[in-house]
Amino acid sequence: MKWNIKGVESWGWKKHPIGATIPEAGNAAYYKTGGWRTEKPVIDREKCNNCLICWINCPDSSVIVKDEKFAGFDYDHCKGCGICAKVCALKAIEMQAERGEE
Amino acid sequence: MAKTTTAPRARAKAKGKTVAMTGNAGCALAMKQINPDVVAAYPITPQTTIVEEFANYVANGQVDTEYVNVESEHSAMSACIGASAAGARVMTTTSSQGLALMWEELSIASAMRLPIVMHNVNRALSGPINIHCDHSDSMGVRDMGWVQLFSETAQESYDNTIIAVKVAEKALLPVMVLHDGFITSHAIDRFDVLDDADVQKFVGEYKPKHALLNVDNPETFGPFAMPAFYYEQRKALRVALDAAKDIVLKVSKDYAKISGREYGLFEEYRLADANIAIVVLGSTAGTTKYVIDEAREKGVKVGMLKLRLFRPFPAAEIAAALSHLKAVAVMDRSDSIGALGGPVYMEVKAALYNSKKHPQIQGYVYGLGGRDTGPDQIETVIEDLKKIAGGKEAPREAVTLLGVKE
Repeated sequence: MKWNIKGVESWGWKKHPIGATIPEAGNAAYYKTGGWRTEKPVIDREKCNNCLICWINCPDSSVIVKDEKFAGFDYDHCKGCGICAKVCALKAIEMQAERGEE
Repeated sequence: MAKTTTAPRARAKAKGKTVAMTGNAGCALAMKQINPDVVAAYPITPQTTIVEEFANYVANGQVDTEYVNVESEHSAMSACIGASAAGARVMTTTSSQGLALMWEELSIASAMRLPIVMHNVNRALSGPINIHCDHSDSMGVRDMGWVQLFSETAQESYDNTIIAVKVAEKALLPVMVLHDGFITSHAIDRFDVLDDADVQKFVGEYKPKHALLNVDNPETFGPFAMPAFYYEQRKALRVALDAAKDIVLKVSKDYAKISGREYGLFEEYRLADANIAIVVLGSTAGTTKYVIDEAREKGVKVGMLKLRLFRPFPAAEIAAALSHLKAVAVMDRSDSIGALGGPVYMEVKAALYNSKKHPQIQGYVYGLGGRDTGPDQIETVIEDLKKIAGGKEAPREAVTLLGVKE
């Protein structure tokens, strides 16, 4: 089911589903957590051999894979924990300070 | 009608039988007859014998329940929340520190509107450590959004357990059934129980409206709510809990049809023609009735209001039932330390404040940590009330701690 939440910010208490249930599943992606980041992972494609250890270890499913190959980071949801950089055997991922909107 | 008029020993036309059992065994029997899908529980004195007896039913194959042994009460309530969200009929039991350890889960259960039924055997909170009866555990969780039903006797505890299942599922709220540690939990009492089939028919099959395991209609349970949404959920919970009052009355009425035992929001004992009265809940109501009968023989017009439903608090009905009196004593088996007095006293007093006509009111705390509360203590309360009603004394500002050694 696709839940129509148009105007949800101004809904009265009767309009919300009982017990704060959301009548659809798999919607955590709508909430962007990338703003929590102070450091962001940056890949060096020259060093990466697509072993995908980073993809296995990422707790936020923020390593994007296409055709079994590393295809980038999902910066909308990556919280910058640095696990990917730590587990990368080839040191192909570097954590760089977020510099805000310049 | 808020009244409970049925005499405790009134024989019902219903089937079933009379048993001699402890209050805890009666509670375990009710659970067996309900046959819940999941029970996740941890033992704690004086509740332990409920989970022991129920574990026997599971081991003997007399129930179909998935019995989850957990490592703590925090886990017990967490497992109950998961199972209830999954769509199961769920029960558990606890006491005192166990209930305290469940604290953060309790408000999650009510906010998620999960119809979990829990028996709490009233016991003092530490410290000093003490395993005996008072109401500080259940009163400590009075604001957690659960329905709370207090029981005076093993009979009421057994009946309330069965009633609670239907109340929970109609109100979509968790329900706590309370009885007094050792006094009701471990004393052998004579009471009437229903046949298994009648209990099964009464509670029926549980068909959850929302269930995590319903893969055809997947939903998200227990999500985060930002300031824009949290407040509305709390309002919805308040409205739901207030509405549970009528559900308790309706289900209790239906239960009377199969059991012959009718319960209201509270019981009025010799109250209609009284000019002074005692408000009390739990097992001490029995002692109070005995003392009232003796005082009545001496011509003292004293009555009692025994609370059954504490949450939601039936304020308007209580105010109406007490407004004709000259003086009322409210007895709390727990203290709200630093406040005016015990929680029942404060709420009864608040309930009466806007009545055009209301009695003088005095608060008492009694029986903390299992201190015996005999007829002599109730007699002193009646003596106090006579003085207040006769205009000889004003109600004390400070709460009176009955039976404490000075």
